[in-house]
Amino acid sequence: MIVSIGQLDGIAAEYKQKSRVYSKIVKICCGTGCVSSGALKVHEKLSEFIKAENLSDKVLLKKTGCHGLCERGPIIVFGDDEILYQTVGKRNLEDDARLLLKTIQDGTIAENLLYKDDDKAKRYVSPRDIPFYAGQTRIVLSQNGIIDPEDIEEYISLGGYQAVHKALKADPMEIIDWIEKSGLRGRGGGGFPTGTKWRSCRDASGEPRYVIANGDEGDPGAFMDRSLMEGNPHAVIEGMIIGGYAVGSSQGFIYVRDEYPLAVQRLLMAIDKAREYGLLGSNIFNSGFNFDIKIFRGGGAFVCGESTALMSSIEGKTGEPRAKYIHTVEKGLWDKPSNLNNVETWACVPHIINKGWEWFGSIGTPQSKGTKVFSLVGKVKNTGLVEVPMGITLNEIIFKLGGGIHGSRKFKAVQTGGPSGGCIPGEYLAMPVDFDSLTKLGSMMGSGGMIVMDERDCMVDVARYFLKFLVDESCGKCTPCREGVRRMFEIVDNICSGNGSKGDVEHLEELARAIQLGSLCALGQSAPNPVLSTIKYFRDEYNVHIEQKKCPAGVCKALTTFIIDPEKCTGCMRCASECPVTCISGEKKKAHTIDQSKCIKCGTCYDVCKFDAVKYE
Amino acid sequence: MEVDTAAINTIIDKYGKDKSYLLAMFQDVQRQYRYLPKEAIQYICDRLHIPFSKGYEVATFYSSLSLTPRGKHIVHVCLGTACHLRGGPNILDSFERALNIKRGGTTENGLFTLESVNCLGACALAPLVRVDGHDYGKTTPGSVKKIIKEYGEPT
Repeated sequence: MIVSIGQLDGIAAEYKQKSRVYSKIVKICCGTGCVSSGALKVHEKLSEFIKAENLSDKVLLKKTGCHGLCERGPIIVFGDDEILYQTVGKRNLEDDARLLLKTIQDGTIAENLLYKDDDKAKRYVSPRDIPFYAGQTRIVLSQNGIIDPEDIEEYISLGGYQAVHKALKADPMEIIDWIEKSGLRGRGGGGFPTGTKWRSCRDASGEPRYVIANGDEGDPGAFMDRSLMEGNPHAVIEGMIIGGYAVGSSQGFIYVRDEYPLAVQRLLMAIDKAREYGLLGSNIFNSGFNFDIKIFRGGGAFVCGESTALMSSIEGKTGEPRAKYIHTVEKGLWDKPSNLNNVETWACVPHIINKGWEWFGSIGTPQSKGTKVFSLVGKVKNTGLVEVPMGITLNEIIFKLGGGIHGSRKFKAVQTGGPSGGCIPGEYLAMPVDFDSLTKLGSMMGSGGMIVMDERDCMVDVARYFLKFLVDESCGKCTPCREGVRRMFEIVDNICSGNGSKGDVEHLEELARAIQLGSLCALGQSAPNPVLSTIKYFRDEYNVHIEQKKCPAGVCKALTTFIIDPEKCTGCMRCASECPVTCISGEKKKAHTIDQSKCIKCGTCYDVCKFDAVKYE
Repeated sequence: MEVDTAAINTIIDKYGKDKSYLLAMFQDVQRQYRYLPKEAIQYICDRLHIPFSKGYEVATFYSSLSLTPRGKHIVHVCLGTACHLRGGPNILDSFERALNIKRGGTTENGLFTLESVNCLGACALAPLVRVDGHDYGKTTPGSVKKIIKEYGEPT
């Protein structure tokens, strides 16, 4: 049991002393991405080699949380950012593990495991030099990929739970003051000032009070919260203890998606450890303050990311939202004052307490302080997680950190804010990324999904995709969302299948306004955004679908025909072997043809052809 | 069907008979049976003193719960935004053809159930497929048959 700062410092010192016996520290990323790329096999093989060479007491092989560069997984980092190896074990597990062993034994750098530029002209040894990492400012993710998320002592050795100690010495009102002055705004999407929320909750009447972490990361294309909960669960817990003390709550809840089993497991383990060390429970640091946390698993309902729906779900009911004329800070969970923040917001709190609100406020823009984690995915080269200061441009994120568009295609749009956000075209890439600028563009910050699209992506199809998503996920409680979004989907679906008619776009705009005004919760109110933003920036594309019955990107199946140019076809047979319905025929070294009656228009032939012989019209 | 009441009692007691954990209890039951039998809903509702209609409402609201029996292996094809753009629908299509079932269906031999999911949060590895909790990243229509083979023959 830790009851004093001396004991906390003692554990930290002891841990550091213990790690000094290791001459080499090797960190294997065991986030969901790298695990699915084979990280556990690499860990197993390397452990075997280390054991065989009798190096076990000299080498510390550590399983860490997500390093961010998921595209190049499995990622392995040596020491304090000295060497980064990527795609380890992808070619040959045994060979790669031997190369790792060699690096451990005599420092020989394995050239073919290093990160290289596309043209292979430049190779990078330290992750600090790789543009993907060099352009980041890591605060929330600063310990992700460094610590073993299952080891509380390592978290403590890096200053963990110091913020709780500092906060418990201060007056709760003082902490709320700090958070307010830091300018921290909600990272879940809304961007509401966190300090203001805490103050309202503290001022509300009623006992007990609750604090809740929203880990129901339902936005498709976003996985920042998953990586945090899996990679550094104690940071979330520490933030919640401080928040609980500030608003006067002794019970916290973390609501996690059922799709994130590893996050649930890590959080449960972290909570158990924190209890064991006396950092959760009664009389934390002998301050008289009690606090504990319970975990709730979601059930695969997107709407449960909405605060009132989430609270209803914790109560054991269906996750239906309610109108918010009475805010949840006054009457939330079981009608008691409840303070809900997103996982990333909670993880910012210990840093603000430790380093001061002035420091946090010095990062970012005047209205959007600090950093934001984005999941950079889609058609970008370096997919993964990036943490950047607010105010950085979209251009920098996509082209500098992300390395631009995959392959030779051109950038078309970037989608932010998930199903509540919108698509931003190329002419706005110089816009700074902050809460207000993105809203002005008809999109929103959202929780941090950033999906990059190229010229092979159809904007009408993207709108159709989000509408389908929202039709599935609408809880059905209010009519504008339940019926209106469905009707919008039907119209867009018609356009995609070649049955659009003049006036459809105007009809969509009219429906969108009604849904925005009439829906009960943010899901419905923001549901038209993906349609409105694509109409705003890509109206021509809608018109081509409706008037010419064509899909310029070759995505909408009813409007697309794939053909092989006999002049360019070399008869390499690649398309024929990859075609999932074997509708391509032709002899070796002779031009191939597609049987249109069997073609399912999946575009595989187009994607695999190396000679530009497959075309669509 | 008959449900194992002793096992369900263990689940109910694990959550201290707390009604708030109704969804969690359902999920735990589903983990045992691979679906949520109606009899289990009834039994849990009775023990928690809540009307069956409330339990049924919760059971049908959350998409992770299934009221119909599912196959031995559950294939989840992710259709999140990143997966959609990188060919997720083609992957689903390939599974439908290879398993000869539609989304939501179960193969006749009871070995596979095919479902789609709205995002598994491994977007950097799109298109993603999860079989019984094991993730396959950067899948292609060509890799679908290979994945199925790891678990058995569809017919």
